[in-house]
Amino acid sequence: MPRYMMSVFGPAERNEFSGYSSREEMLQSFADTGEFNERLEKNGHLVFADGLAEATTATTVDGQGDRPVFTDGPYLEAKEHFGGFWVIEAADLDEALSLAAAASKACRGKVEVRPFHTSDSIKALLEP
Amino acid sequence: MVAGLARRFNDLDIAEDAAGEAFALAVERWPRDGIPHNPGGWLTTTATRKAIDRIRRESRRSAKHQEATMLHDDTSPEPTGPVEDDRLRLIFTCCHPALAPESRVALTLRLLGGLTVAEIAHAFLVQETTMAQRITRAKAKIKAAHIPYRVPLAADIRERLAAVLAVVYLVFNEGYLASAGDDAVRVDLTDEAIRLGRLLRALLPGDAEVSGLLALMLLTDARRRARVSRAGELVTLDEQDRGAWDRELIAEGSALIHDRLGAVAGDHEQAGRYQLLAAINAVHTSAPSARDTDWSQIVALYDRLAVLDPSPIVRLNRAVALAEIDGPGVGLAEIDRLTPPLDGYHAFHAVRADLLRRLGRSGDSAAAYDRAIDLAGNPAERAYLTRRRDQLSG
Repeated sequence: MPRYMMSVFGPAERNEFSGYSSREEMLQSFADTGEFNERLEKNGHLVFADGLAEATTATTVDGQGDRPVFTDGPYLEAKEHFGGFWVIEAADLDEALSLAAAASKACRGKVEVRPFHTSDSIKALLEP
Repeated sequence: MVAGLARRFNDLDIAEDAAGEAFALAVERWPRDGIPHNPGGWLTTTATRKAIDRIRRESRRSAKHQEATMLHDDTSPEPTGPVEDDRLRLIFTCCHPALAPESRVALTLRLLGGLTVAEIAHAFLVQETTMAQRITRAKAKIKAAHIPYRVPLAADIRERLAAVLAVVYLVFNEGYLASAGDDAVRVDLTDEAIRLGRLLRALLPGDAEVSGLLALMLLTDARRRARVSRAGELVTLDEQDRGAWDRELIAEGSALIHDRLGAVAGDHEQAGRYQLLAAINAVHTSAPSARDTDWSQIVALYDRLAVLDPSPIVRLNRAVALAEIDGPGVGLAEIDRLTPPLDGYHAFHAVRADLLRRLGRSGDSAAAYDRAIDLAGNPAERAYLTRRRDQLSG
């Protein structure tokens, strides 16, 4: 079954409510997202899901040279950063989009849906 | 055929290539061996074999079970939902909301209309390379993101309808005034668009815009015979032999729009774009002669259309009607404001040339005709424009 990444974005620096407008909203969103995740798992869609610590805690590593170079901060400079994600399995994009709509409602943010490579698409890449 | 193959093999590239190979083989064999009893069946069978060959080559080891399903065509009895027709199914897939609107239209014209990339680029006023890239990218997304080749659920059909109607109308327009090639009118495309329009109406008989679009196409197509002269020259509406118009199509189109005309005339109900365009055409087809045309009603309808769609093309058409009421000077002043967005559009220069001619500005008119002739892709239109230019008294 095709796999999709559903990504959520949020502010680079989060407020005390992890980017939500209030403590109540944060708690409600956590509860809604937890419920959504349970449903995903029950219906056989969930591969993995988690939320990330804020982007300022990231370290960027370049290991292409003789010695690795470590830089404080995320790879891209932006006002908004990748904040959490689901990896799901869905029959096709229609199903993935309807799951993403529910995910977006639960986590209170826009969700980007992107397909993973498949064994066929990798094979096509390797063709001469 | 591409639509049927796409459904069966779930891959646009394979479907297109297989159809192409089958046609190539037919060109090679039919003159030598004679045309088969059932040419359509021969082509479909050959294309299906080509597609299976290609899939076998590509996945020799991995997908034995997939191959097995390919060998037994069990696609027809599958439960299909409201849209039974392969082409309509493909249109809804091409108009998937996950694709950019401009890609939806381009993809449908390529796969269902069979237009070349050059023709589509011309219809959209963009570079051919840009269009080629847009189509390639859309096809790649359908494949990579697993956009299904499936009849949309009843709940989705309505949402996707606006994009589908836009596509059908564009296919019709491309057929009615082909942008390239030797034919003035490509009946294959207009017929295909009307066929799709009828199917959509059978599917959604209660939708006013679906009826509006079908009415619009029928009322336009009714004038087809009068539109190109025997010498292969485009004949404009005012010079057409109205006796050659197809009364049956006019009656059918008028009946479709008739129920809606009351609503269109009243200000309370919001009539959609296709209903308004159909109503404009109904004004033309109900006039016994060009002189009897109710231009003020046409201007009023364009005013309402401009509220929904304030595009420069709508304003151009409105200015043409306005010139019939208030004179060519007023029309020209309106049109000259549209120069920046429409400078690359042949019809803009053709309209300008005509108004300049009527104002007695022969030199400016000739220059505008030159620009229009330069930009026009249709031979009948070029012939008409050339004659008008040469008739200018210098």
